[in-house]
Amino acid sequence: MDIATQAIEGGFADPVFNAQTVFRAVMDAMARPGTLQPLPAFARPPAPLSATAGAIALALCDNDTPLWLDPVLQAPAAVKSWLGFHTGAPLANTPADAHFALIATPAEMMALDGFSQGTQDYPDRSTTLILQVGDLVSGAPLLLEGPGIERTASIAPAQMPRHFVEQWKQNNQRFPRGVDIVLATPDGVTCLPRTTRIKTMEA
Amino acid sequence: MTDIATYNFAYLDEQTKRMIRRAILKGIAIPGYQVPFASREMPMPYGWGTGGVQVTASIIGPDDVLKVIDQGADDTTNAVSIRAFFKKVANVAVTTETAKATIVQTRHRIPEHPLTSGQVLVYQVPIPEPLRFLESRETETRKMHALEEYGLMHVKLYEDIARHGRIATTYAYPVKVEGRYVMDPSPTPKFDNPKMHRSPALQLFGAGREKRIYAVPPFTEVVSLDFEDHPFEVQTFDQPCALCAAENVYLDEVILDDHGGHMFVCSDTDHCEKRREAGHRGHLAPETMEPAQ
Repeated sequence: MDIATQAIEGGFADPVFNAQTVFRAVMDAMARPGTLQPLPAFARPPAPLSATAGAIALALCDNDTPLWLDPVLQAPAAVKSWLGFHTGAPLANTPADAHFALIATPAEMMALDGFSQGTQDYPDRSTTLILQVGDLVSGAPLLLEGPGIERTASIAPAQMPRHFVEQWKQNNQRFPRGVDIVLATPDGVTCLPRTTRIKTMEA
Repeated sequence: MTDIATYNFAYLDEQTKRMIRRAILKGIAIPGYQVPFASREMPMPYGWGTGGVQVTASIIGPDDVLKVIDQGADDTTNAVSIRAFFKKVANVAVTTETAKATIVQTRHRIPEHPLTSGQVLVYQVPIPEPLRFLESRETETRKMHALEEYGLMHVKLYEDIARHGRIATTYAYPVKVEGRYVMDPSPTPKFDNPKMHRSPALQLFGAGREKRIYAVPPFTEVVSLDFEDHPFEVQTFDQPCALCAAENVYLDEVILDDHGGHMFVCSDTDHCEKRREAGHRGHLAPETMEPAQ
């Protein structure tokens, strides 16, 4: 398939209702960190962009939201042209300019503080990171607490960034500034807003 | 569906919804922080819930069941017209029963029936800034929130005590969310403040004229500001609802005649009707139930 076809095919079949379903899943995941909100595969983006991450980008991004792609997603022209055709989102020059960042290989990603953290006056002007992870069970277990979690929640996402627990602690300390993370798995979406704290597991 | 092909689903265009949805996500991630958004003109005047309507329009889907209340009542002008609006532009199911709704849009009350974790409560907010009447400049209030400088609010509450012997604020009573942001709970009676604390439902706030969206996620600390020697207290009523005999609910005073006759009835009409259906009778309740409409 040539690049022009790949760029055009695989968008939402029903843009209004698919976008609403994807958004509600992300909203519920953001409101209840650590829960997996199931999502059907509404989008068929070119590899290595996953169906879930692609659908989230289609639901939330447009010409107002500069996008940053990690090197693996930068490389194939098809990903850029697919996102460009379906969302109209410009590519951010630096991670700190991005409203959303799509990351296909979180294990190799740059430090969280390289992205926009927002300002103390406007903490909402920060980057939302969309991380593609294989599953929520095969990685190092994380015990979560904070707003949206009744007592504790537990997930074990695979392929997380290096020194993630330490980096996340620093992200918590920057509150109200900081980044929010959306984990896109093949089955659905889970969120780690900046208010979620990772409890160190006691042996 | 009726002939509404000229409008997009739920009235707003898709780009507007995306913009509002992004603001909602930021609001949830920063509980109590007011996210600026590009509020649109709606087919109703400011002050009629344009903020709440835009939030509801951005989250609602065809499977949702919507309830709209105005000061607790399902049958007042504002509630009826917003319910009719969404029935028309989104063709969604509507209800007056709190337990059956997935989205409850409210003007100035929280339903008496406890909300559950699948539900979203959308508040219509006139003035989202709790510090606005103390400091009129947006540049200053923004700095005060950034620096967590809320001394002025405590001075205001202290002045209440100095003047009246108690904290005289009875509605829009300021709360602190998750130990960080001081937030206006919208002009709900302070009676409802404790219901916001660790509520299992997601709470979203929309202020259309002031162009702000904010949120309280489920199970989030919402603490009403007070002093050690003047702890926060909610209103109490010395008589039960005149129609359903409910106690520990918020009551409205209804004037009956021009000779000082009055009665106190539940502000939450759904709650009151449910209780009367279950056989509870207040001292002014009619002998027989009127047939349900």
